[in-house]
Amino acid sequence: MKQETENIIEAIDLEKKFGSFTAVNKISFQVKRGEVFGFLGANGAGKTTAIKMLIGLWSPTSGKATVAGYDLFTEANQIRKNIGYMAQRFSLYEDLTVIENIQFYGGIYGLRKNILKERAEELISELGMESFRKELIKNIPLGWKQKLALSVAMIHKPKIVFLDEPTSGVDPITRRQFWDLIYKAAEKGTTIFVTTHYMDESEYCDRVSIMVDGRIEALDTPSQLKKQFNAESMDEVFLKLARPTGIQI
Amino acid sequence: MNRRRFFGFLQKEFRHIFRDRRTMLILFGMPIVQILLFGFAITNEIKNVNVAVLDKAHDDVSHDITNRILSSEYFHLYQNLNSEKEIETAFQSGKVKVVVVFENNLAKNIYSKNIGNIQIISDATDPNTANTIVAYTRAILLNYQQDLNKGSKPPAIIQTEVRMWFNEELKGVYLFVPGVMTIIMMLVSAMMTSISLAREKETGTLEALMVSPLKSWQVILGKVIPYLVLSFSITLVTLGLSMFVFHVPIRGNIFLLLGEVLLFVITALSFGILISSIAPNQMAAMLISMMGLMLPTIILSGYIFPIDNMPVPLQVISNIIPARWFISMLRDIMLKGAGWSVVWKDTCVLAFMAVVFLFLASRRFKMKLR
Amino acid sequence: MNERVIATNITKSFRSTKALDAVSFSVNEGELFGFIGPDGAGKSTLFRILTTVMNADSGDALVDGFHLKDEIAVRSRVGYMPGKFSLYPDLSVQENLEFFAKVFGTTVQENYSIIKEIYVRLEPFKDRRAGKLSGGMKQKLALCCALIHKPRVLFLDEPTTGVDPVSRREFWEMLGRLKQSGLTILVSTPYMDEASRCDRVALIQKGKILDIDPPGVITKKFPLHVIAVKSDNMQKLRKDILKVEDAESVYGFGEFLHIAMKKENSSTEKIEFFLKQQGHQHTEVKIIEAGIEDCFMHLMEKS
Repeated sequence: MKQETENIIEAIDLEKKFGSFTAVNKISFQVKRGEVFGFLGANGAGKTTAIKMLIGLWSPTSGKATVAGYDLFTEANQIRKNIGYMAQRFSLYEDLTVIENIQFYGGIYGLRKNILKERAEELISELGMESFRKELIKNIPLGWKQKLALSVAMIHKPKIVFLDEPTSGVDPITRRQFWDLIYKAAEKGTTIFVTTHYMDESEYCDRVSIMVDGRIEALDTPSQLKKQFNAESMDEVFLKLARPTGIQI
Repeated sequence: MNRRRFFGFLQKEFRHIFRDRRTMLILFGMPIVQILLFGFAITNEIKNVNVAVLDKAHDDVSHDITNRILSSEYFHLYQNLNSEKEIETAFQSGKVKVVVVFENNLAKNIYSKNIGNIQIISDATDPNTANTIVAYTRAILLNYQQDLNKGSKPPAIIQTEVRMWFNEELKGVYLFVPGVMTIIMMLVSAMMTSISLAREKETGTLEALMVSPLKSWQVILGKVIPYLVLSFSITLVTLGLSMFVFHVPIRGNIFLLLGEVLLFVITALSFGILISSIAPNQMAAMLISMMGLMLPTIILSGYIFPIDNMPVPLQVISNIIPARWFISMLRDIMLKGAGWSVVWKDTCVLAFMAVVFLFLASRRFKMKLR
Repeated sequence: MNERVIATNITKSFRSTKALDAVSFSVNEGELFGFIGPDGAGKSTLFRILTTVMNADSGDALVDGFHLKDEIAVRSRVGYMPGKFSLYPDLSVQENLEFFAKVFGTTVQENYSIIKEIYVRLEPFKDRRAGKLSGGMKQKLALCCALIHKPRVLFLDEPTTGVDPVSRREFWEMLGRLKQSGLTILVSTPYMDEASRCDRVALIQKGKILDIDPPGVITKKFPLHVIAVKSDNMQKLRKDILKVEDAESVYGFGEFLHIAMKKENSSTEKIEFFLKQQGHQHTEVKIIEAGIEDCFMHLMEKS
């Protein structure tokens, strides 16, 4: 467990309303530097909305937050430079080659040509993708795509990476290789903020928060959560928390 | 049982259409706006053209002619020029479209030498307008010349009288109504049908329909009928508007006209089905119908650019554009009052196209994924 | 037992890639049969072929006694829920259901008993447009639409993908109850943990079936010992564990690491001792029964 005290994300009473509907209901939490932070919740619990606020795509209705040391309300542009984001359906261009994708993303993050070239080589050899470098993205296997997407999301060495269900539909071996990459990045000090529907993956996180109906109902290490809810597995914790008592929607 | 299935499908299609208010607004709004635009704003008629006069003669003849020019409703004196140098500046100001130059001693020359020179200079940046203006000016001069010659016996002058038949007032809206109707029909029939089918591909509902007992012709028909009704009613609105607001005449048989409309809509609808069988999603369907259908229709059908003025290769290509035949028939029926004896050939061409595309569309559209 | 689906050597290629490579299996009446495999394994293609939405390159199948060629007969007997919940977003819940009923030549009233249990939960929202429903609700409505014509065999293509664990669990409970009514259900999923919900599963990867059996049998057949290991410092453990001799593979499983070892070599004492040497504390080392995911990865490595 990491003992660093510096908070890289700090949210206080963060709220987002769409008309009369409250998608995110005054959530407060901290994420520490270098932490692997699992962000769980049922469909429609407000996860995606919360992430979109944290990466500066949507502005919150009220509350306070700093991400990577920048204020969410006034310095959204600074935040975007210091974070990486990998969407559910990874954002690589299918009709560009591996190396072209890397160059493109390096370019939009303003990496200088020589640095970019170096970084691209580093990235390709780290992933062991030398044989794929000139292959179109649509022709490479899904698992590779996903790993590449993660590396590309981190090409500008961001302080935090947001991963929105990065492993859905991937075979079990690739899924684990993907988590190896996540650990490697975390070891280097990158903070990982990840959502997933695989409950076993939540065990890989340093700390986990569970959102229900726009609120964070639980936040702790997986082992503490299991103790707290008297559960055998995270799956059970999740079910105990997220299964609503009233009408099922 | 079978009929219930089909009507269920139809009901659903109409629901899609009526629920999409924005698209409906565009579909009904667009022809109205276009007709209004063509009717009021865009026109080939000449009115109140600014003319500048460089009168070096300053005699009876030059004054007479100037008066005649200005007393017509077409021209308006913008300025009197004093020298040739000022002509260019006058044109550059953009206000003056034509300059009339009278030579020195014009009257004297006419009476003594029988020849007087008057120069008409026009701003030909817009050649069509320039031609029309020059023709008008010339007509006035010719008129004057005739009056001059009235007293003397010979030379006999051949009088030319120009009349614009079928559209005496040269109203642009007459010409454009058939074109606008065609474009709208193409848009509603081909584009909307193809988009609506492509959307079902995208949402995966088409796959669910494929496992249903619906036959492919039922799906096609179910997609076609609502849009047929829709484009027919939009056509009626367009026609009504042009008749009652702009007094565009329908000289021929209205039922013949509507029959041709039906034929064209069927052609366009089969195009739509054909496109949707190729296009994997709505975006592609839209692009294909825009680039592959709308653009050639607008450019090559004679809607805006007269086919006779096109280079020969384009004229040949225009033959395979269904709208070309349709627009020419519409103009024949509406403006010339032509009957079946005139339009049967064009009708046959269009009918042949409809059959071919319908055949291709039903061949390609299968209740199967590839 | 009565076989409802018998597939023989179904093969399908898209350009150069083989989506399905001579796939054969059979599903019994009233069975809940799962196809488990990652994206791109060929599950969707297989379902499309079996519902006659797509033609196979070669091979054939009998669906409720009819050959795939007999499209009309097959189509009227199957219910199919494609991967994306195939609903009309601009139609309301009720309109969607009524539409599918009409298209299949029936009415909602006629077969209401089949969907009643699922539909009652949607009923309060019956006038809401389908596009405005949550993922879990869409999934339930799509299931109702696939059931409304009382099919004999139900094909569900990844009905739980992207749906949260709560909705997923509920969905499987619904399938369990549907099965009781005698319906034969074929369902595909990328989630390995859902295998235990099925009577039998086919593990599928790259167009090939790796194994078919009841989930309990598949896990029993696992030839190696699975040793679950945990310590106070998992990060260090992940590296140290690679030095354990005779380990066939090491994978993370939730809070544990799973080491697969040949049965004759495995010894929890040896591993425990090794970990102590490396300075690990609060270690937990135990031989456990293999899960479907262990088996799947083992079969993937072998193939």
